Amino acid sequence: MTDIASSSFVRHDLVSERPAPVKTTGFIGWVRTRLFNSPTNILLTILGALLLWFTIIPSVRFLMVDAVWSGSDRTACLSENAGFAVGACWPYIQAKLPQLIYGFYPEAERWRVNLTFVLAAVLLVPLLVPRLPAKGLNAGLFFFAFPVVAFFLLHGGGIKGFGLSWTAGLLELFDESIIGAGNVLLNLSKTSAVAPLLWAAGNLIVLIGTAIHWLVFPLIWLRDQIQDSGQSVWVDFAVTTVVVCLIAFFLGGGLRTGWRALASSFATFVAIAIVIKLMGLDHGGLPIVLTNLWGGLLVTLVVSVTGIVTSLPIGIALALGRRSTIPLIRIFSIAFIEFWRGVPLITVLFFATYMLPLFLPGNFTVDGLVRALIGIALFTGAYQAENVRGGLAAIPRGQGEAAAALGLSWWKTTSLIVLPQALRHVIPNLVNSFISLFKDTSLVSIVALFDLLGSLRASFSDPKWSTPSTAFTGFAFAGIIYFIFCFGMSRYSLFVEHRLNAHRRN
Amino acid sequence: MSTEARKPPPQIALKIRRALGGKSGWNGIVVQFAFAAILGWIAYEIVSNTRANLENQHIAAGFGFLRNNAGFDVNQTLISYTGSDTFLRVFVVGLLNTLVVSVVGIFFATVIGFIVALCRLSPNWLLSRVGEIYVEIIRNLPVLFQILFWYLAVLAALPNPRQSISLLGIAFISNRGLVIPRPIGESGFEPFLAMLTLGIVASLALRFYARRALFERGQMIRIWPSVLALLFGLPLATILVFGLPFTFELPQLKGFNFAGGSRIIPEFVALTVALSTYTAAFIAEIVRAGILSVHKGQMEAGSSLGLSRGATLRLIVVPQAMRVIVPPLTNQYLNLTKNSSLAVAIGYPDLVSVFAGTSLSQTGQAIEIIAMTMGVYLLISLVTSAVMSVYGWRVSRSLGA
Repeated sequence: MTDIASSSFVRHDLVSERPAPVKTTGFIGWVRTRLFNSPTNILLTILGALLLWFTIIPSVRFLMVDAVWSGSDRTACLSENAGFAVGACWPYIQAKLPQLIYGFYPEAERWRVNLTFVLAAVLLVPLLVPRLPAKGLNAGLFFFAFPVVAFFLLHGGGIKGFGLSWTAGLLELFDESIIGAGNVLLNLSKTSAVAPLLWAAGNLIVLIGTAIHWLVFPLIWLRDQIQDSGQSVWVDFAVTTVVVCLIAFFLGGGLRTGWRALASSFATFVAIAIVIKLMGLDHGGLPIVLTNLWGGLLVTLVVSVTGIVTSLPIGIALALGRRSTIPLIRIFSIAFIEFWRGVPLITVLFFATYMLPLFLPGNFTVDGLVRALIGIALFTGAYQAENVRGGLAAIPRGQGEAAAALGLSWWKTTSLIVLPQALRHVIPNLVNSFISLFKDTSLVSIVALFDLLGSLRASFSDPKWSTPSTAFTGFAFAGIIYFIFCFGMSRYSLFVEHRLNAHRRN
Repeated sequence: MSTEARKPPPQIALKIRRALGGKSGWNGIVVQFAFAAILGWIAYEIVSNTRANLENQHIAAGFGFLRNNAGFDVNQTLISYTGSDTFLRVFVVGLLNTLVVSVVGIFFATVIGFIVALCRLSPNWLLSRVGEIYVEIIRNLPVLFQILFWYLAVLAALPNPRQSISLLGIAFISNRGLVIPRPIGESGFEPFLAMLTLGIVASLALRFYARRALFERGQMIRIWPSVLALLFGLPLATILVFGLPFTFELPQLKGFNFAGGSRIIPEFVALTVALSTYTAAFIAEIVRAGILSVHKGQMEAGSSLGLSRGATLRLIVVPQAMRVIVPPLTNQYLNLTKNSSLAVAIGYPDLVSVFAGTSLSQTGQAIEIIAMTMGVYLLISLVTSAVMSVYGWRVSRSLGA
């Protein structure tokens, strides 16, 4: 034993204690590892802190500390009167708030705008919460019923007929156009070199037009009878209800399985009748407010919601068209999508404002807001088509093949099997497109529509409120509104993405 | 007793069906005819309505107006232009202005975007938060909002030329724009330019040769001293021989405005700043996603081969990340070019502003002007996407997929 202890390679005393390891947990450890772990990092931390110091402190000072909170005109927001370097001029926002939200919408009618906002929120919130039931009904209400109701609420006015009158009117217009085209060809054939060909084609088209005329004649006769009766809206409504319910009944499977379709279509019509009665659409409806009086946040929301609602069907149709096996439809869809995706939105709006009126018959004027809406719908539709196509490509072929093996038609395969899965896949992408659509609505201010940004810009030129800080205050306010909407949507998109990828998380 | 193989039946009907109806057969043909009829009807309606409307408004269709005198001034022109020039020249002036603001914007957007991406990827917590805040704020505000903010709020709040902010006494910022020294060519300019070009070409050739040597023979050639000599030594030598290539004319405050130097109009400054900071936020996200898409093992493998961290990044991580980054990056460049059309909101004389704006309201030739404007942007984006598909094809080939 002593032998071992005395040998030179055995220690005689204990090793001195090593210092405790550097703390890597807790707040101190976090600071040490994430902020100050190397000279470069220390330098970067100081740099970051300086950046924050020089941006956040002045912003807070401008928005809160140095701000003026009350006053009746610009004198309150001038440094001479306030006695200090004035930051934000909030009384200016207070004074301009109605204009920034409603534009020049008449003050007595603003409850209609508020009601529309409330309706939209009531319908939208349950649609966004995945846990709540009845998504189909909710989506139907939001995407189909709400736009119509919102139109009559915001714009006002009533209806003179219903489904039957509208169908008859459309068919009549179509028929006239066909006969007109035939007559043009006949006229051309008098001077042209290929006269017989043109003459034959013209006669054929006129013949088709006449045939259509005789086919739709009973409908037009019925329309005229209804219009002559005192209660045109309700008679027309009753006839439309009966016709549509019967069609739904027979398409739904007749006596065997059609009862469900019958009941649901009847319930829809009852709901429509209640809306018509409540809003008094049969006798003039609410007073009309022309769209050139609309403005501010109202226009921003109207344009973005209409864009969202209309671009989705256009996008789905184009995406299906692009995957179609029929050459002409596929080529048309590709050309259409690539065209709208290749040009900037502002040229699309110029196109809609200056060229679209030329394309329509001379007696037919389109409202400035509607023109912009058409342009935005086409533009966004092309982008949505690419999103939907991504979703369609992600669905395995086997899904469609299995549906075909079960004997489902193309329409049933697409609408019941493929599309629901594809759309669910691309919800995050769709929401991202909606964010960019919401931001892009600010462009309508260039074509003389007063959205939030346009109203803000218009309010700058008011001499009553012109101070050095007016512009900054206005931009701060509008920026906060835009940020809340866009940031909210992007968080929602992340949330849905997280939920959809739940099975991939580990 | 040999039997000859029977010829396959001609199947003419089948071939016609395939050619006309695609895979959907007779149904496809019927649908196509119906579709063509509807398209034809819409086209006929549009053409006939347009003709009637133009006749009512007494507008002559056609591109003849391009030869008429424009009669208005443009406040930034790259080529000489006066009010008595034609609308065609206005078109070219606008197009050049669009291209200038796009190129400058793309340059700054790329620089800022990469810096922000590096901030976000940095292990430093504070810096990555700063990057994140930047991206979130900028991405969630409309680009038009930002353009107007810079133009109406920030630039308008700058002092007038007399009290302008001086940058080292060389450049001056005021609410009338940015005044910078103007270079004036001297006698030594041409040889200088020629030598500079020669230097760049020679360095590129040298790099090509060095890479060939490395990949084929495993031979490392240190090229940077000679590249340095070519890029800086050669032009410096020419300056010594031929004299200075250009001198700078410094701007001077005279009365209420600056004399001398060249002025960059505030619209250009606002548009460039807004577009480049806006696009930079998207580029930062793309670059970050690209670098994160390279597997961690690649970095570890690189260091286990004895490469330094910088060399691993340069030779292994970045080339792989580039494959992910480049397609969406070009998309952002395209977006920036398209967003430059928002210049019309602040009156920067780009294509949309002077051609689809002023010229349209003067001539009323809506169809021709808007078609030309859309055509330019369409051409740019189609060419870019063609180039990108070639790039994608090359990348997939080099991956051996």
